[in-house]
Amino acid sequence: MTTGGHFTYFITVFLMIAGLFIVIARGNLIKKLIGLGIFQTSVYLLYIAPGKLLGGTAPILSDAFTVYSNPLPHVLILTAIVVGVATLALGLALVVRIREAYDSIEEDEILSLDADQAHRKQEQQ
Amino acid sequence: MNLSEHLPVLQVVVPLVAAPLTVLLRKRSLAFATVLAASWIAFGIAILLWMKVASTGAFSYAIGSWPAPWGIEYRVDPLSTFLLVLVSGVAAIVLPFSRASIESEISTQQHYLFYTMFALCLTGLLGITVTGDAFNVFVFLEISSLSTYVLIALGRDRQALLASYQYLIMGSIGATFIVIGIGLLYLMTGTLNLADMGQRIGAVQGTRPVLAALAFLTVGISLKLALFPLHQWLPNAYTFAPSAVSAFLAATATKVAVYVLIRFYFSVFGESQVFDRLPMKEAMLLLALAGMFIASTYAIFQTDLKRLFAYSSVAQIGYIILGLSFGSATGLTATVLHLFNHGVTKGAVFMLLGCVALAIGGTTMTRVQGLGKRMPLTSFGIVVCGLSLIGVPGTAGFISKWYLLLAAMEKGQWWLVFLILASSLLAIAYVWRFVEAAYFREPRKDTAAARPVPWLMAVPTAALVVATVYFGLETSFTIGSATKAAALLMGGLR
Repeated sequence: MTTGGHFTYFITVFLMIAGLFIVIARGNLIKKLIGLGIFQTSVYLLYIAPGKLLGGTAPILSDAFTVYSNPLPHVLILTAIVVGVATLALGLALVVRIREAYDSIEEDEILSLDADQAHRKQEQQ
Repeated sequence: MNLSEHLPVLQVVVPLVAAPLTVLLRKRSLAFATVLAASWIAFGIAILLWMKVASTGAFSYAIGSWPAPWGIEYRVDPLSTFLLVLVSGVAAIVLPFSRASIESEISTQQHYLFYTMFALCLTGLLGITVTGDAFNVFVFLEISSLSTYVLIALGRDRQALLASYQYLIMGSIGATFIVIGIGLLYLMTGTLNLADMGQRIGAVQGTRPVLAALAFLTVGISLKLALFPLHQWLPNAYTFAPSAVSAFLAATATKVAVYVLIRFYFSVFGESQVFDRLPMKEAMLLLALAGMFIASTYAIFQTDLKRLFAYSSVAQIGYIILGLSFGSATGLTATVLHLFNHGVTKGAVFMLLGCVALAIGGTTMTRVQGLGKRMPLTSFGIVVCGLSLIGVPGTAGFISKWYLLLAAMEKGQWWLVFLILASSLLAIAYVWRFVEAAYFREPRKDTAAARPVPWLMAVPTAALVVATVYFGLETSFTIGSATKAAALLMGGLR
């Protein structure tokens, strides 16, 4: 395999690391979800790219075709996409609720609000 | 049509169908009845499957009659039925408890949605356990995880929202790591069926993608099972979730994740690959010990009982993984035993704490002062479960710790025997904190009288506490199943 053959893997790994980095490095709850989305998308590429053969057709049983692309990864990734959408939707719904409760979507601000609250509670006791 | 042939798939389908039904019914008592029926049927099916496997041995079920490895296979063997009994049994006990418990914690309009999520979570956990298909594991894992995030977010405090969000981020990263691992395995073996994968992996053993898959799966699943230091999501999630949810999750969710790890290690990769090519034994041993000591120490200094026992869960997961790190049949028996015994014990603890929270409005150390006088039976129950967490003879926790010690002695690692006992001392310390507050302190003057605990909560809780003692005395079911499961895994499905 040449470097060109590994092209899709380079893209996949780049997206993977970029997504994971955003999740870890950003304190904004929405940005974290965007990072998570990029991270999950990179996996779609990991599955689908090797399933494609140059010049391959859909798997039709006929003497005219000898090279087939594997259709299974696409089906798997359809499922993974649905899961990803559900996760993102739930995550965003949680962020909406968090904003209603704390009036902020910055993780450090929310944590300090919680710490203040716990501190006040202790003083009352 | 012969129903008994289809038991493996019904195990998953019954709670799955119950979930949308509750949304359509909307009335909370109807929703409760539906999910209760579904969980009891699931428990019944699990017991039937266990009996069938005990008498005739492991068998497979081909979904839609498509034979494996092309179709999706449900694999019913000693290990999976043991876990099925645990998960569905705990669900069947926690559900009646939840009805009264969520009354004070979740607003009434949302009750039917709670039951929907509960049914979905149960579906996911049972599905992971019964399936023999790698991608199916991921899908069921996400079904259970997504419903878990919602269940945690239903908690009363606003911190529950952030706890749920953090779990969502960590859990999704974990799940994505698992898909990457499965993807790499699929690329190398060309199959998704776990047993088939186990056979074909021999040809590509030790290649870099396979080792990378092993690493991705280990990290991803460890996130899910809260192996130290990947446990950050767990204490908050258990503390702020509604009591019934904490009880259900503490007893089942992390245990099923351990099951997935065992499945991939022993049925797919095979122990030679996991333990010889990579220093997995040493890594697991180190992390397990770190979890046992550091998380137990954290537990000692907590001011909220729910959080205290959440850290104790992280420590107990250390014991479970320690058993795995021996790579021997006895160690594996200890792991499987502790899965079950700790599940029962922790479920009982969190149900008892649910009763406490309902009766006196909270579980902080200052609130439970003098609890021994105000709620003698409940306090006694917590002490019994505490003894089981320590591993005192006569409780379930002793049995699994005994096997853990046996496994360590078998390898001649006496320093490890010493460390296991030393970490039990830490468990004594955190259980003692409760005993001291409940029995040696007077109740605070300004506290109102404790609300009576409804019988619908008291009976299931008592049942699980009794089970904690029962499985410490009568061990033929647990040890028999665990030994069989360990023998199966060590013999390898390959």
